[in-house]
Amino acid sequence: MATTALAAPRSPYARQKITRSNFELYSWMFMRVSGVILIALIFAHLFVNLMVGEGVKAIDFGFVAGKWASPFWQIWDLLMLWLAMIHGTNGVRTIINDYAERDGTRLVLKLLLYVAFTIVVVLGTLVIFTFDPCPADAPAELLASFCTA
Amino acid sequence: MTATLDTTAEAENKPAAGEIPSFDVTLKIQRFSPEVGPDPWWDEFTITVHGTDRVLDALHKIKWEDDGTLSFRRSCAHGVCGSDAMRINGRNRLACKTLLKDVNPDKPIIVEPIKGLPVLKDLIVDMEPFFASYREIMPFFINKGNEPSKEHLQSSEERERFDDTTKCILCAACTSSCPVFWTDGQYFGPAAIVNAHRFIFDSRDDGATQRLEILNDKEGVWRCRTTFNCTEACPRGIEVTKAIQEVKRAMITRAF
Repeated sequence: MATTALAAPRSPYARQKITRSNFELYSWMFMRVSGVILIALIFAHLFVNLMVGEGVKAIDFGFVAGKWASPFWQIWDLLMLWLAMIHGTNGVRTIINDYAERDGTRLVLKLLLYVAFTIVVVLGTLVIFTFDPCPADAPAELLASFCTA
Repeated sequence: MTATLDTTAEAENKPAAGEIPSFDVTLKIQRFSPEVGPDPWWDEFTITVHGTDRVLDALHKIKWEDDGTLSFRRSCAHGVCGSDAMRINGRNRLACKTLLKDVNPDKPIIVEPIKGLPVLKDLIVDMEPFFASYREIMPFFINKGNEPSKEHLQSSEERERFDDTTKCILCAACTSSCPVFWTDGQYFGPAAIVNAHRFIFDSRDDGATQRLEILNDKEGVWRCRTTFNCTEACPRGIEVTKAIQEVKRAMITRAF
């Protein structure tokens, strides 16, 4: 029970500013739509990676390289990356808004969040599109066994 | 109903005919006075009450017989004016609609002011922020065009559409039970949305677009997390969370 912790009486507050826009509406809709799409994307991803063919034992460097050789899986993984990252970031943004009591705390936490978001999305997108399993000028001992060039 | 005859066995254990059984109850009340100091404190009062008494009766007895400085709001004392919403055993209720026997009188009954609004004294909070968001949603009829020359007609189905939200008595039990409102008090709160719902879905009213625009705010309906605290707290049994979601739906169908 909250009987031991007494919150001191609060000073009166007024609504700071009017913030009317459709942003929260679209963000709310996006959470629902991306959630449904992610269920399909993620479970198909798990099924293809873990159950089809040799199953989980087939996953190695070569398996990932093989998948990303096809534009279909590139787009698939890109969609998963972006939808999951925006969905998750938006969720954490909501939690920060709900739980942070001071504007300063809010600002710092959200800045950290957006920096993390940007790093993951940029790096992830870069890797998906520029992934080369057999770089031309790499030393031979570092190359995967299937790079017979 | 209590006037009907009990079975003989029960009747023997009871006090004399016509006498209402009484018992001792302890109330642990959160006190605050700006004249005493900046911090609130707890006071305990043990009083003898009737079995039919409500929390409000107990508060009255304390104020009238034990400690005249105890302050709380009440007006009609019958669940209509919405003045005496308070946190009783951790739940927002109207003191005048809560029977002592229903809130476990074996243990001290904890009475606090409603949360999220600044406390003025004891159980009295500053309701102004609450009424400010109520005023923002324009709780009055809006008519477009010429002044009507005859009454607006409305079918019983059209009336039924917003019947639930007409029951609000503005006691603030819902808004002050909402964890989103507790954080920084910027959220409009369930009560303002319920009262907007009452006009948005009224076929006679022409201001629905304006009201939806007002609630389509960063601090409007989209901050609702459907925790259902408001629905549980409402002493009038309004399905508050449902009303908020209906306003959300109206916004989405308007936007797409």
